[in-house]
Amino acid sequence: MDGVDERSLARLLRAALDGDERAYGDFLQETARLVRAWARRRAFGGPDPEDIVQETLLAIHVKRHTWRSDGPVTPWLYAIAKHKLVDALRRQGRHSRIEIGEVEDRLAAEETETVRDWEIGRALETLTPGQRSVVTAISVEGRTIAETARSLDMNETAVRVALHRGLTAIARRFGRD
Amino acid sequence: METHELIKALAADSRRTGAPMNTVWWGAALMAIAIATTVFFALLGPRPDIATAAQTFRFLFKFVVTIALAASAFVLLRMLSRPETDPRGVLPYLAITPALILAAVAIELVVVPAEAWSTRLIGTNSLVCLTFIPLIGIGPLALLLLALRHGAPSHPALAGAIAGLAAGGIAATFYAAHCTDDSPLFVATWYTIAITILTLFGALGGRVAARW
Repeated sequence: MDGVDERSLARLLRAALDGDERAYGDFLQETARLVRAWARRRAFGGPDPEDIVQETLLAIHVKRHTWRSDGPVTPWLYAIAKHKLVDALRRQGRHSRIEIGEVEDRLAAEETETVRDWEIGRALETLTPGQRSVVTAISVEGRTIAETARSLDMNETAVRVALHRGLTAIARRFGRD
Repeated sequence: METHELIKALAADSRRTGAPMNTVWWGAALMAIAIATTVFFALLGPRPDIATAAQTFRFLFKFVVTIALAASAFVLLRMLSRPETDPRGVLPYLAITPALILAAVAIELVVVPAEAWSTRLIGTNSLVCLTFIPLIGIGPLALLLLALRHGAPSHPALAGAIAGLAAGGIAATFYAAHCTDDSPLFVATWYTIAITILTLFGALGGRVAARW
């Protein structure tokens, strides 16, 4: 099964790096599935596995030029996931003493809210208003670049720049205090 | 934001990729050498008797050692800038330079009488060496750390230390053209201390600069 994953992932990522947006989306979906299964086995009782998935996807996005296109994808991808998991565990260890109260708060909040607010929400709040509205329009509202440009009264290049800068900032910001 | 929503945003940003690592590394290496050249000629310059010195084995061997260090550390640094590289698999390559210098020290101890050992080891330039190798190497180190920041090292401090070794190798290669102490005893002692300083800077710098 891993062999199939490896070959199809390498094909998708190669196409993605050549600018195929759809192949990139498929690659990220598949990667999210692999990392989710991987993180659930390792982050038990620790950080939320979905936070690890999201943080890994962002890191893969901003560091995808470090993949050697003639090498295998999965070792590269799991190395990034591991780096992010270690980061999250270290962060949690540092805050473990004050965390008990927070966990209780979070549990109370989860009972009332159905939608969980992932760590990424906190990173999103640190963006400039312009970047945040572009990132939100494309992700949460599911708009295309062109639709976003029209609804925010910007040109497409400006939307792309804001999106790129916003995502880079989130990746840098993710989980930092 | 849910994961499938995040993926939509990432896919929409697929056109902008970072510069390829190959380009970045070779660019950084060339600029590092250019900076070292400039600082070397501005502050030191080659020794006046370089033409005669170039005919002696000891003088030439200094370059074998320093270039071996710069090259092996650079190769290692490039590997460590990728997340999947396991340091245990690649660190043994670093043994090349110590092996060369230890062999040279052994030969020197055989061919030089014991009374002359300490004069050769202490030399006349030890302070110059300790000052100028770090001074020539600090610019190249900064450039290599910038390139490392563009990568994704799983061990940023270790990779930073290796960047320090590479910068030290580059700086020592230039410094060797200035220094009149050619004995392997001198090189093994003072060059090592000077390069260790850069390695420590590199480890600290890597921790800060190459976090991702």
